[in-house]
Amino acid sequence: MDRSTLYTRARRRALLEKLLKAVVVIVVAVIPAIPIWLMYAGLVAQAFSSRVTLGIIPVGFTIRNWRFLWSEITMGLTKYPSIWPMLLNSLYLALGTALIVSLIAGLAGYALSRMEFRGRTPMMQFILALHAFPSVVLLIALFVLLNKLGLYGKGFITLTGVMIIEAALQIPMGAWIMKGFFDSIPWDVEWAALVDGCSRFTAWRKVILPLVLPGFAAVALFAFLAGWAEFILVFTFISNQRWYPLSVYIYNLIGEFKYVDWGMLAAASLFYAIPTIVFFALSQKLLLRIYVGGLKGVA
Amino acid sequence: MRLPTPRGRVLPWLFLAPLLAFVALFWITPVGLTVYLSLTNITFKNLVYFIRGDFSKISLTLQNLANVFLGKDPFILGVTEITVLYVCSVLAINAFYSLILSIAIAFFVKNEALSTFLRITWLLPRITPSVVYGLMWLWLMTPGTGPLYQLFSLLGIHPLSWLLCRPYSQLLMIMINGYVGVSFGMIIYTAAIKSIPKDLINAARVDGASDFYIARKIIFPLLKWPMLFVISWQTLSLIASYEYILIVWGGGAPGTESVGVAWSAGVMVFPLYAWFQAFALGNYAYGAAISLPIVIMGIGLLMFYFKVFGFQRLMQPTRIEV
Repeated sequence: MDRSTLYTRARRRALLEKLLKAVVVIVVAVIPAIPIWLMYAGLVAQAFSSRVTLGIIPVGFTIRNWRFLWSEITMGLTKYPSIWPMLLNSLYLALGTALIVSLIAGLAGYALSRMEFRGRTPMMQFILALHAFPSVVLLIALFVLLNKLGLYGKGFITLTGVMIIEAALQIPMGAWIMKGFFDSIPWDVEWAALVDGCSRFTAWRKVILPLVLPGFAAVALFAFLAGWAEFILVFTFISNQRWYPLSVYIYNLIGEFKYVDWGMLAAASLFYAIPTIVFFALSQKLLLRIYVGGLKGVA
Repeated sequence: MRLPTPRGRVLPWLFLAPLLAFVALFWITPVGLTVYLSLTNITFKNLVYFIRGDFSKISLTLQNLANVFLGKDPFILGVTEITVLYVCSVLAINAFYSLILSIAIAFFVKNEALSTFLRITWLLPRITPSVVYGLMWLWLMTPGTGPLYQLFSLLGIHPLSWLLCRPYSQLLMIMINGYVGVSFGMIIYTAAIKSIPKDLINAARVDGASDFYIARKIIFPLLKWPMLFVISWQTLSLIASYEYILIVWGGGAPGTESVGVAWSAGVMVFPLYAWFQAFALGNYAYGAAISLPIVIMGIGLLMFYFKVFGFQRLMQPTRIEV
């Protein structure tokens, strides 16, 4: 066989392989992604248009769908409360969770990464186990506990109780991530501070803390997003409409307005999802790093 | 190397104390409480006595456990079947489909921008708040006008309602959770694929191996450990997950018996049944009894994983052994 036939054959094979790969990518990664694209295209299209044809093609621009921002929504005789207090509730829940988790995880992560003590390895195993354990099965016990602690059915106090529970559920993962960030700082840096006469605590605060700020940012961000998106806890534990965060508010809107006013639902959902989308876009790499470190749940 | 400190014995525990307090109150206590509740007759009627510490109205009983573990509850078997179907199907998507997906996106697609675009697309369902994600599915499947409904109608499939008719409703349950779950595997596998030494792949290429051959003979075998990790982790979370099912099929607030739709659609999974008993019907003790098998399985699986995989390996989920 002469060289040119061999060459043509190799080229043909390479071409065939390229084609096959394209087919695999299209069948596996592109066609099944159509519902995802449809969803988001639809959400944005619905939110800003007065009518949508064929599912996602918008007709006519309107901001009427966003009327929940400046007026009361009524459905029959039911009046829906304004969205703004709900926004504050959500912010309170998410910021509080972020604060508690980053503080406690920061302390624990430091001890796990930097200190030698009896029971250190079992402690790490325990925290990892907590991180993997599906905490949502404890919901009923947590409900009874919340009652027992006198935190149920008390409006703002209940919301605070939910915040503390949310934080408690996020702490093991936060501690695990913080340990990773502390591990990545060279021991020499801290050693130098200690040699210069710092106490362990001063060394932690003055030398190490500034270096792990990205870690704190990551853990806080993650806890914030978890608090912001939390649904089951608030849905189950908060009975007073005044203290609903956005997730429950929107869930209730869906119950009433699905099939009736998709436009307004889409606008409200977009309003609620914006912080998540913005934070994710800004910190994609950081979040991915945490996700790889292990993430709980299918949800 | 770690410094011996004068107060070395106490200091670490001071740093850990807040964490331990939270864990004791919100993890250990609830596990104990779940066991205790499942042995009582506490419902919405006598919960108030339990809270006041008046135990005269509360009695201990084995009835709840008999209902769950001996199948005295006529619904338990059906719920278990649905749960097995749910966990196995979604697990297949999360562990195996995501593997093919990762190889396609991270290895077959050579264009970096396209690869990133596809990866972000597949991550979107996980990042989106669950309520919004649920809403979008409801909208996609709206009978008559929903885009996916129309698409399937074109293919000649038009059930009355995807949400209510089996097996479509169950298929939908698997899809809704699969689209979220698949990205977990994708993230782990993609990181693993990227960490395979380039020399290995290049050496195979020089020897004339096609990309398919490399995927089969080099990438697959190297991903064995990440795959075990994904399967273990996902099993653990899937047996307890019901959030999306609650959002899409639930409807209404706690205290109403609105989870009825989940029954007729055949999507009532075990943990959702526990939720339903406790918060829709007010049978807290029975709800706890239904959660108990999941708690036990969770702890059992964790101990099993630690024993089989060893702690060191669990700490490095994406390690590649070459």
